[in-house]
Amino acid sequence: MAKAAIKAMDATRVHPLAGQSFGGPNVSIAPAPEAYRCSLRADARAVPSLSKALGIKLPRSAKQSITAADRSALWLGPDEWLIIDTHVDPLDDLSKVRVLHSAVDISHRNTALLVKGPRAADVINAGCPQDLSLAAFPVGACSRTILGKIEVVLLRTDVDAFRVEVWRSFSAYAFELLSTAASHN
Amino acid sequence: MLLIHCPHCNEERPELEFSHAGEAHIVRSTQLTELSDEEFAHFFFYRENRKGVTFERWRHTHGCARFFNAARDTVSDKFLITYKIGEPKPKLKISTNQNKKAAS
Repeated sequence: MAKAAIKAMDATRVHPLAGQSFGGPNVSIAPAPEAYRCSLRADARAVPSLSKALGIKLPRSAKQSITAADRSALWLGPDEWLIIDTHVDPLDDLSKVRVLHSAVDISHRNTALLVKGPRAADVINAGCPQDLSLAAFPVGACSRTILGKIEVVLLRTDVDAFRVEVWRSFSAYAFELLSTAASHN
Repeated sequence: MLLIHCPHCNEERPELEFSHAGEAHIVRSTQLTELSDEEFAHFFFYRENRKGVTFERWRHTHGCARFFNAARDTVSDKFLITYKIGEPKPKLKISTNQNKKAAS
Protein backbone atom coordinates (compact mmCIF):
# COMPACT_ATOMS: atom_id res chain seq x y z
CA MET A 1 0.00 0.00 0.00
CA ALA A 2 2.70 2.43 1.01
CA LYS A 3 4.59 1.76 -2.19
CA ALA A 4 1.48 2.49 -4.30
CA ALA A 5 1.03 5.80 -2.45
CA ILE A 6 4.60 6.84 -3.20
CA LYS A 7 4.15 5.97 -6.86
CA ALA A 8 1.02 8.13 -7.06
CA MET A 9 3.01 11.09 -5.72
CA ASP A 10 5.45 10.75 -8.60
CA ALA A 11 2.70 11.50 -11.12
CA THR A 12 3.73 14.17 -13.57
CA ARG A 13 1.39 16.83 -14.87
CA VAL A 14 0.90 16.65 -18.61
CA HIS A 15 0.04 19.72 -20.65
CA PRO A 16 -3.35 19.10 -22.32
CA LEU A 17 -1.85 20.09 -25.68
CA ALA A 18 1.56 18.48 -25.18
CA GLY A 19 3.31 17.91 -28.49
CA GLN A 20 0.66 19.68 -30.56
CA SER A 21 1.55 22.65 -32.68
CA PHE A 22 0.76 24.10 -36.08
CA GLY A 23 3.22 25.89 -38.30
CA GLY A 24 2.40 27.58 -41.56
CA PRO A 25 3.82 30.43 -43.62
CA ASN A 26 1.26 32.95 -42.33
CA VAL A 27 0.40 31.71 -38.89
CA SER A 28 1.72 29.44 -36.15
CA ILE A 29 -0.23 27.98 -33.25
CA ALA A 30 1.52 26.62 -30.19
CA PRO A 31 0.53 25.77 -26.62
CA ALA A 32 1.71 28.39 -24.11
CA PRO A 33 4.05 27.33 -21.30
CA GLU A 34 2.51 26.66 -17.88
CA ALA A 35 1.61 29.80 -15.92
CA TYR A 36 0.02 30.89 -12.67
CA ARG A 37 -3.45 32.33 -13.11
CA CYS A 38 -5.75 34.02 -10.67
CA SER A 39 -9.36 35.14 -11.00
CA LEU A 40 -9.69 38.35 -9.02
CA ARG A 41 -13.01 39.93 -8.03
CA ALA A 42 -13.22 43.15 -6.04
CA ASP A 43 -15.05 46.45 -6.07
CA ALA A 44 -13.44 49.80 -6.86
CA ARG A 45 -12.52 50.63 -3.25
CA ALA A 46 -10.19 47.61 -3.02
CA VAL A 47 -8.35 48.31 -6.28
CA PRO A 48 -5.53 50.54 -4.89
CA SER A 49 -4.58 47.99 -2.19
CA LEU A 50 -4.74 45.08 -4.63
CA SER A 51 -2.69 46.95 -7.23
CA LYS A 52 -0.04 47.71 -4.61
CA ALA A 53 0.15 44.08 -3.47
CA LEU A 54 0.38 42.78 -7.04
CA GLY A 55 2.92 45.42 -8.07
CA ILE A 56 0.84 46.12 -11.16
CA LYS A 57 -1.86 48.73 -11.63
CA LEU A 58 -5.19 46.97 -12.25
CA PRO A 59 -6.74 48.42 -15.44
CA ARG A 60 -10.03 50.23 -14.87
CA SER A 61 -11.63 50.34 -18.28
CA ALA A 62 -12.94 47.84 -20.80
CA LYS A 63 -10.58 45.74 -22.94
CA GLN A 64 -7.45 47.07 -21.21
CA SER A 65 -4.57 45.02 -19.90
CA ILE A 66 -1.29 45.89 -18.24
CA THR A 67 1.86 43.79 -18.43
CA ALA A 68 4.93 44.32 -16.29
CA ALA A 69 7.78 41.80 -16.27
CA ASP A 70 6.21 38.31 -16.02
CA ARG A 71 2.81 39.48 -14.80
CA SER A 72 -0.26 40.60 -16.74
CA ALA A 73 -3.56 41.95 -15.41
CA LEU A 74 -6.49 41.69 -17.80
CA TRP A 75 -9.77 43.61 -17.35
CA LEU A 76 -12.64 41.15 -17.77
CA GLY A 77 -15.47 43.12 -16.17
CA PRO A 78 -16.05 46.18 -13.95
CA ASP A 79 -15.12 44.12 -10.87
CA GLU A 80 -13.22 41.21 -12.41
CA TRP A 81 -9.64 40.67 -13.55
CA LEU A 82 -7.54 37.77 -14.77
CA ILE A 83 -3.99 37.79 -13.47
CA ILE A 84 -1.43 35.73 -15.40
CA ASP A 85 2.09 35.26 -14.10
CA THR A 86 4.71 32.99 -15.65
CA HIS A 87 6.97 32.78 -12.58
CA VAL A 88 5.48 33.85 -9.24
CA ASP A 89 2.11 32.82 -7.81
CA PRO A 90 -0.01 36.02 -7.55
CA LEU A 91 -1.93 34.43 -4.66
CA ASP A 92 1.24 34.69 -2.52
CA ASP A 93 1.20 38.46 -3.01
CA LEU A 94 -2.55 38.74 -2.49
CA SER A 95 -2.55 36.79 0.77
CA LYS A 96 -1.31 39.91 2.58
CA VAL A 97 -4.16 42.10 1.38
CA ARG A 98 -6.67 42.93 4.11
CA VAL A 99 -9.41 44.59 2.05
CA LEU A 100 -12.44 42.60 0.89
CA HIS A 101 -11.77 40.73 -2.34
CA SER A 102 -11.98 37.27 -3.87
CA ALA A 103 -8.91 35.65 -5.41
CA VAL A 104 -9.22 32.14 -6.82
CA ASP A 105 -6.34 30.10 -8.20
CA ILE A 106 -7.31 28.96 -11.72
CA SER A 107 -3.79 28.05 -12.91
CA HIS A 108 -4.92 24.61 -14.00
CA ARG A 109 -8.47 25.46 -15.04
CA ASN A 110 -7.06 27.36 -18.00
CA THR A 111 -4.44 26.70 -20.55
CA ALA A 112 -3.43 28.95 -23.42
CA LEU A 113 -2.59 28.93 -27.09
CA LEU A 114 -0.19 31.36 -28.71
CA VAL A 115 -1.27 32.38 -32.20
CA LYS A 116 1.34 34.28 -34.17
CA GLY A 117 1.86 35.50 -37.71
CA PRO A 118 0.48 38.02 -40.20
CA ARG A 119 -2.83 36.09 -40.49
CA ALA A 120 -3.27 35.52 -36.73
CA ALA A 121 -6.28 37.85 -36.43
CA ASP A 122 -7.96 36.30 -39.48
CA VAL A 123 -7.50 32.79 -38.10
CA ILE A 124 -9.03 33.77 -34.74
CA ASN A 125 -11.85 35.56 -36.56
CA ALA A 126 -12.76 32.21 -38.13
CA GLY A 127 -14.49 31.47 -34.82
CA CYS A 128 -14.57 34.83 -33.04
CA PRO A 129 -17.14 37.49 -34.00
CA GLN A 130 -15.23 40.44 -32.52
CA ASP A 131 -13.55 43.17 -34.55
CA LEU A 132 -9.84 42.38 -34.24
CA SER A 133 -8.55 45.21 -36.44
CA LEU A 134 -5.75 47.21 -34.82
CA ALA A 135 -8.06 50.22 -34.50
CA ALA A 136 -10.65 48.31 -32.45
CA PHE A 137 -8.34 45.80 -30.75
CA PRO A 138 -4.86 47.37 -30.39
CA VAL A 139 -1.78 45.73 -28.87
CA GLY A 140 -2.53 45.14 -25.18
CA ALA A 141 -6.28 44.88 -25.71
CA CYS A 142 -8.00 41.93 -24.05
CA SER A 143 -11.50 40.59 -23.91
CA ARG A 144 -13.56 37.63 -22.87
CA THR A 145 -15.39 36.51 -25.99
CA ILE A 146 -16.54 33.56 -28.10
CA LEU A 147 -14.46 31.17 -30.22
CA GLY A 148 -16.74 28.80 -32.11
CA LYS A 149 -18.85 27.27 -29.37
CA ILE A 150 -16.56 27.97 -26.43
CA GLU A 151 -15.70 30.98 -24.31
CA VAL A 152 -12.12 32.30 -24.43
CA VAL A 153 -10.12 35.27 -23.20
CA LEU A 154 -8.15 37.00 -25.94
CA LEU A 155 -5.06 39.11 -25.32
CA ARG A 156 -3.25 40.85 -28.14
CA THR A 157 0.43 40.66 -27.16
CA ASP A 158 1.77 42.15 -30.39
CA VAL A 159 0.56 43.45 -33.76
CA ASP A 160 0.46 39.89 -35.08
CA ALA A 161 0.40 37.82 -31.88
CA PHE A 162 -2.45 36.73 -29.63
CA ARG A 163 -2.71 34.73 -26.43
CA VAL A 164 -5.91 32.67 -26.35
CA GLU A 165 -6.80 31.65 -22.78
CA VAL A 166 -9.10 28.67 -22.85
CA TRP A 167 -10.53 26.23 -20.34
CA ARG A 168 -8.30 23.16 -20.14
CA SER A 169 -10.92 20.65 -21.29
CA PHE A 170 -11.87 22.88 -24.23
CA SER A 171 -8.28 23.32 -25.42
CA ALA A 172 -8.38 20.41 -27.88
CA TYR A 173 -11.45 21.97 -29.52
CA ALA A 174 -9.80 25.41 -29.65
CA PHE A 175 -6.61 23.99 -31.18
CA GLU A 176 -8.57 21.99 -33.74
CA LEU A 177 -10.69 25.00 -34.73
CA LEU A 178 -7.71 27.33 -35.07
CA SER A 179 -5.46 24.87 -36.91
CA THR A 180 -8.28 23.95 -39.33
CA ALA A 181 -8.86 27.64 -40.04
CA ALA A 182 -5.12 28.20 -40.44
CA SER A 183 -4.73 25.33 -42.92
CA HIS A 184 -7.44 26.88 -45.13
CA ASN A 185 -5.46 30.10 -45.36
CA MET B 1 -24.54 40.09 -37.21
CA LEU B 2 -26.56 42.20 -34.80
CA LEU B 3 -24.39 44.50 -32.70
CA ILE B 4 -25.44 45.37 -29.16
CA HIS B 5 -24.03 48.30 -27.22
CA CYS B 6 -22.84 47.18 -23.78
CA PRO B 7 -23.06 50.06 -21.27
CA HIS B 8 -20.21 48.56 -19.21
CA CYS B 9 -17.79 47.87 -22.10
CA ASN B 10 -18.88 51.12 -23.76
CA GLU B 11 -18.90 49.69 -27.24
CA GLU B 12 -20.94 47.64 -29.66
CA ARG B 13 -20.26 43.95 -29.41
CA PRO B 14 -21.50 40.96 -31.41
CA GLU B 15 -24.85 39.49 -30.47
CA LEU B 16 -23.29 36.05 -29.80
CA GLU B 17 -21.70 37.36 -26.61
CA PHE B 18 -25.08 38.29 -25.10
CA SER B 19 -28.01 36.46 -23.60
CA HIS B 20 -31.55 37.63 -23.05
CA ALA B 21 -32.72 37.69 -19.43
CA GLY B 22 -36.42 38.50 -19.40
CA GLU B 23 -38.47 41.64 -18.89
CA ALA B 24 -36.87 44.58 -17.09
CA HIS B 25 -38.17 46.81 -14.28
CA ILE B 26 -40.10 44.09 -12.46
CA VAL B 27 -40.16 45.11 -8.84
CA ARG B 28 -40.04 42.38 -6.23
CA SER B 29 -42.30 43.20 -3.30
CA THR B 30 -40.61 43.77 0.05
CA GLN B 31 -43.69 42.15 1.67
CA LEU B 32 -43.64 39.00 -0.41
CA THR B 33 -45.38 36.82 2.19
CA GLU B 34 -48.34 39.18 2.36
CA LEU B 35 -49.17 38.97 -1.34
CA SER B 36 -52.28 37.11 -2.39
CA ASP B 37 -51.81 34.17 -4.75
CA GLU B 38 -53.11 36.28 -7.60
CA GLU B 39 -50.77 39.17 -6.85
CA PHE B 40 -47.84 36.78 -6.60
CA ALA B 41 -48.76 35.14 -9.90
CA HIS B 42 -48.78 38.54 -11.58
CA PHE B 43 -45.36 39.36 -10.18
CA PHE B 44 -43.91 35.94 -10.91
CA PHE B 45 -45.45 34.70 -14.15
CA TYR B 46 -47.23 37.48 -16.02
CA ARG B 47 -45.21 39.38 -18.59
CA GLU B 48 -46.27 42.03 -21.07
CA ASN B 49 -44.91 40.31 -24.20
CA ARG B 50 -45.58 43.50 -26.07
CA LYS B 51 -45.31 43.86 -29.83
CA GLY B 52 -43.16 46.92 -30.40
CA VAL B 53 -40.83 48.59 -27.92
CA THR B 54 -40.12 46.47 -24.85
CA PHE B 55 -37.80 46.96 -21.91
CA GLU B 56 -35.66 43.91 -21.30
CA ARG B 57 -32.77 42.69 -19.20
CA TRP B 58 -29.78 41.47 -21.14
CA ARG B 59 -26.51 39.98 -19.98
CA HIS B 60 -23.12 40.36 -21.62
CA THR B 61 -22.46 36.73 -20.67
CA HIS B 62 -19.36 36.09 -22.77
CA GLY B 63 -17.89 39.55 -22.23
CA CYS B 64 -17.94 41.58 -19.04
CA ALA B 65 -20.67 39.24 -17.67
CA ARG B 66 -22.78 42.18 -16.37
CA PHE B 67 -26.56 42.48 -16.58
CA PHE B 68 -27.97 45.65 -18.11
CA ASN B 69 -31.29 46.95 -19.41
CA ALA B 70 -32.25 47.58 -23.01
CA ALA B 71 -35.18 49.01 -24.95
CA ARG B 72 -35.73 46.91 -28.05
CA ASP B 73 -38.32 46.95 -30.78
CA THR B 74 -39.57 43.38 -31.10
CA VAL B 75 -40.79 44.00 -34.64
CA SER B 76 -37.58 45.35 -36.18
CA ASP B 77 -35.23 43.80 -33.55
CA LYS B 78 -33.59 47.23 -33.28
CA PHE B 79 -32.00 48.14 -29.96
CA LEU B 80 -33.10 51.73 -29.18
CA ILE B 81 -31.02 52.23 -26.05
CA THR B 82 -29.09 50.23 -23.46
CA TYR B 83 -28.43 51.44 -19.91
CA LYS B 84 -27.07 50.18 -16.61
CA ILE B 85 -29.25 48.43 -14.04
CA GLY B 86 -30.48 50.92 -11.43
CA GLU B 87 -30.74 53.79 -13.89
CA PRO B 88 -34.31 55.05 -14.45
CA LYS B 89 -36.37 53.78 -17.35
CA PRO B 90 -35.58 56.20 -20.19
CA LYS B 91 -38.42 58.14 -21.79
CA LEU B 92 -38.35 57.33 -25.48
CA LYS B 93 -39.58 59.91 -27.92
CA ILE B 94 -40.66 57.48 -30.61
CA SER B 95 -44.08 55.88 -30.72
CA THR B 96 -44.33 52.60 -28.80
CA ASN B 97 -46.04 50.98 -31.76
CA GLN B 98 -44.26 51.88 -34.94
CA ASN B 99 -46.42 49.54 -37.01
CA LYS B 100 -49.57 51.45 -36.19
CA LYS B 101 -47.80 54.68 -37.09
CA ALA B 102 -46.61 53.32 -40.41
CA ALA B 103 -50.05 51.97 -41.26
CA SER B 104 -51.87 55.27 -40.66
